[in-house]
Amino acid sequence: MSDAHAAAGALAARALLWIVLAGAGAMLATAVLSLPEDGLGLADETLADLGRTGVEHPVTAVLMNYRAYDTLLEMAVLFLALVGVWSMAEARPRPTAPPGLVLQFLTQLLVPFLILFAGYLLWAGAHEPGGAFQAGAVLAAAGVLVTLSGAQLPSVPRALHRSLLLLGLVTFAAAGVAVQLGGGAFLEFPPSAAKALILAIEAAAGISIGLGLVAIFEGGRPSEPESAPR
Amino acid sequence: MTGAELYALTGIALFVIGLHGLIRYAHLMRKILALNVTGAGVFLVVAALAERGQDGTPDPVPQALVITGIVVAVAATGLALVLMLRVASATGRAELPDPRSE
Repeated sequence: MSDAHAAAGALAARALLWIVLAGAGAMLATAVLSLPEDGLGLADETLADLGRTGVEHPVTAVLMNYRAYDTLLEMAVLFLALVGVWSMAEARPRPTAPPGLVLQFLTQLLVPFLILFAGYLLWAGAHEPGGAFQAGAVLAAAGVLVTLSGAQLPSVPRALHRSLLLLGLVTFAAAGVAVQLGGGAFLEFPPSAAKALILAIEAAAGISIGLGLVAIFEGGRPSEPESAPR
Repeated sequence: MTGAELYALTGIALFVIGLHGLIRYAHLMRKILALNVTGAGVFLVVAALAERGQDGTPDPVPQALVITGIVVAVAATGLALVLMLRVASATGRAELPDPRSE
């Protein structure tokens, strides 16, 4: 095949790709725009039983109570991603070039506030936008910032680090089993205990999500014993 | 056009752009980034559709799905990047082999 032929073929393939993509986009747009105006949303159902969920914010109620099973499995997916990363490689040592003054200053300034803010988001999740996933993401941002600035994250014993990574999943599942033993269904939090249970689960989950995301960011399992920074 | 529809259409545009990158480019890094663009588009569509509640109350169920979805997408991206590094260190190229070149 000559060069001119190959070039024409590539052009045709690209044009075909754009035609297919435009068709797919048009179909999706039509589907979205033709949805009935007053959808069969679950807003009313969510709000109707909000008083029995233990939290006052509907999104947190969906996450931690109505669809707690879903959230539990999402924690498991997060953990599986971490297991995948750890099984694939050992974390590479980071380049030890000194960070710029700005990054260093910003890290020192921001990290304490980020940790504080993560705690606030966790608590605020009961009545405003917030909760375990948001708090975990902010915590992870703090950890990533520390890592990027070249500073060492505090060294913790391996067993403790691993326990903290599992804490969210274990607490969540344990709470689910506990209410089951109390006579309910799995993860069916009784209204009287729901607030305390959800807060405990969210605190544990927030820590595990934050540490888990930082561990995934490291790109591999911590290097083995003698150096073992984390 | 309502605001929610504008957001949904923007999400669809992002999805299509990401799909283009996913198909068009061989480098795995670009594929992973493209996949993240499609993901952002999907999240935007779902969040926009949550706005179509009765009497203006947004539907909290899709919003909750998006929140967990974002965190899971970040974790999956991390796993994908590590897989890409493994492919790169095993074959010397951050691309999947082209079956036609056999």
